[in-house]
Amino acid sequence: MTTGGWLIMLGSVGSVTLLFACCVIKVMKDPFNPEETLHGFDPDTPDMPDEEEDLDRSL
Amino acid sequence: MASSIHKKDGWNSRMGVILAVAGSAVGIGNFLRFPGNAAQYGGGAFMIAYITAFLLIGLPICWAEWAMGRRAGREGFNSCPGMFNVFSRHSLPKYVGVLGLVIPVIIYMYYVYIEAWCLGYAVNTLTGRLHFPTVADAGAFFSSFTGASENGSALGFKVDQVGVYLIAVFFLNFLLIYRGLSKGIEWFCRYAMPTLLVLAFVILIRVLTLGVPHAEHPQNSVLNGLGFMWNPTKVYLEEAVPDDTGLITWVRVSEVVGPRLRKDADAMAQSERYRVTEVSVWKQLRNPQMWLAASGQIFFSLSIGFGIILTYASYLKRDDDVVLSGLTATSANEFCEVALGGLITVPAAVAFLGVAGLAGAGMSTFALGFHVLPMVFSEMIGGQFFGFLFFFLLFLAAVTSSLSMLQPGIAFLEEGLALNRRQSVAILGMITAMGTLFVIYFSEGLKALDTLDFWVGTFMIFVMATFQIILFGWVWGVDRGLVEAHRGASMSIPRVFGPIMKYVTPLFLIGVFVLFIVFNVLGVNFDGESSLSSYVTDLIGEHPDRVAWMSVSLILLVGVFFVLMVSGVDKYRDFHRKGGRRQS
Repeated sequence: MTTGGWLIMLGSVGSVTLLFACCVIKVMKDPFNPEETLHGFDPDTPDMPDEEEDLDRSL
Repeated sequence: MASSIHKKDGWNSRMGVILAVAGSAVGIGNFLRFPGNAAQYGGGAFMIAYITAFLLIGLPICWAEWAMGRRAGREGFNSCPGMFNVFSRHSLPKYVGVLGLVIPVIIYMYYVYIEAWCLGYAVNTLTGRLHFPTVADAGAFFSSFTGASENGSALGFKVDQVGVYLIAVFFLNFLLIYRGLSKGIEWFCRYAMPTLLVLAFVILIRVLTLGVPHAEHPQNSVLNGLGFMWNPTKVYLEEAVPDDTGLITWVRVSEVVGPRLRKDADAMAQSERYRVTEVSVWKQLRNPQMWLAASGQIFFSLSIGFGIILTYASYLKRDDDVVLSGLTATSANEFCEVALGGLITVPAAVAFLGVAGLAGAGMSTFALGFHVLPMVFSEMIGGQFFGFLFFFLLFLAAVTSSLSMLQPGIAFLEEGLALNRRQSVAILGMITAMGTLFVIYFSEGLKALDTLDFWVGTFMIFVMATFQIILFGWVWGVDRGLVEAHRGASMSIPRVFGPIMKYVTPLFLIGVFVLFIVFNVLGVNFDGESSLSSYVTDLIGEHPDRVAWMSVSLILLVGVFFVLMVSGVDKYRDFHRKGGRRQS
């Protein structure tokens, strides 16, 4: 493996790892999604009626 | 009022939708196609083209799909024809949206077959059936297992035949899709994606600690495998071959990786018969085929242009973030592809087969995955266990992708024909089962699979993605699109992406599409000579291929079926009559 190969590999692998890690950390810390921390092990609230939209339509 | 409140399927959590989209993107191509491409074209040059394509095609289309999907979902549309109809009063977009149904449905028909190979190989590796002394033996097993040797031979139900695994994965997919978005797809991806990452890390550690597996072949090492994959400058040993007129042509004998092979090659180059040549990054970057391969890899890897992200995003709520979620799902795919796929497959293969052995066996997706790697695992200490982990990892990656291919069809049947989930699943199950049976029966040379993959999995995806980004940037308007994308966003899209989405991405896509037509359809080579690709001559050549024709007919049949369905959907016509898109 040449020096160029090491640089390309470490640069590529490092950059995608860093990007992925930053995104995951940001999602975890995001204050806009409090439900993330509220859900249990197997959340079971998939079919909530979208009342806001239906009310919008009916107006 | 109460009667107007409808039950709406949706995601349970933000992480759930991110994992589902990431699961859709992460597939067997991450672990088999990417390493083969990068090694073939040289890590350095390929990564430059790959990152360029990621920034100019991958991210812009990804964000456009998330924003368009969530916006159209707010109007009650979850399938591409309905979603495209939201953005234009013309009827053309909703018919182009049929591509967003045809593509995932047809791809599912053959992808589930490949998924069954992964499960079958996992079981056969664990039970010790995959011990091959040569690549030819591995190839023979592959032909027998998949039915590639003869039409109809894949329909066996022994443990070393694909039939039983196919039934299992088909049933699993439809069971999960029947459970719905959150209880099926999201639930599965919540477990499958972390498991996939753990499996990949375990295999990665095993591969990187292989060192030199056979002391008698010190050039066959993990380090040289990494060099073969990532070295920016490619070094070749070439041999002078005179033709009848005495004119000498230099033919590549092998690629030279590592100091030992370089020393041997330099010694051989002392004679006039051999020479050593170096191909620099800059020279490789002038190769249009490499740009085509890198763009194609980004394209197919991220699942853009399939209609899948649009459908998934349409189930989001109005203020759910799409920018950070889209970037996170995309980065998860890139991590699996570059950091895991890029360090596992090729280095392991070179450590056992050597550079020449790997190049001889072939670096296509199927050759690498189902000819080379079974041999590698049969020679590796603990290979039975690690081989099982690897093929099970591929199986998990394939399931999370195939699930996503079913949802657009289900969404259309529910939205367009007002069917409930049970009815939609039954109809789509019948359609895909017939298509999969066709692919399995005509398995000789994997002709049906290959033909469908070329015309749908490559050609149609280019068309669909180009249309999508034009719809986003020019019909809906890039400014309105970006305002919509930023609603509830946890981060901003850099301003530079505005002009990129409007001008650069469509032009780049059209450029890549033209290259694709020139090289892969018209078969033009670097000498300017042209010989039509076999995909064309199979249809209009002197000896048309019956299976190729039937495969194209299947695509047309599914397309016509969905066009007729779309034309009869009142909901699409009524949408514009009732005032169209709400401004909020």
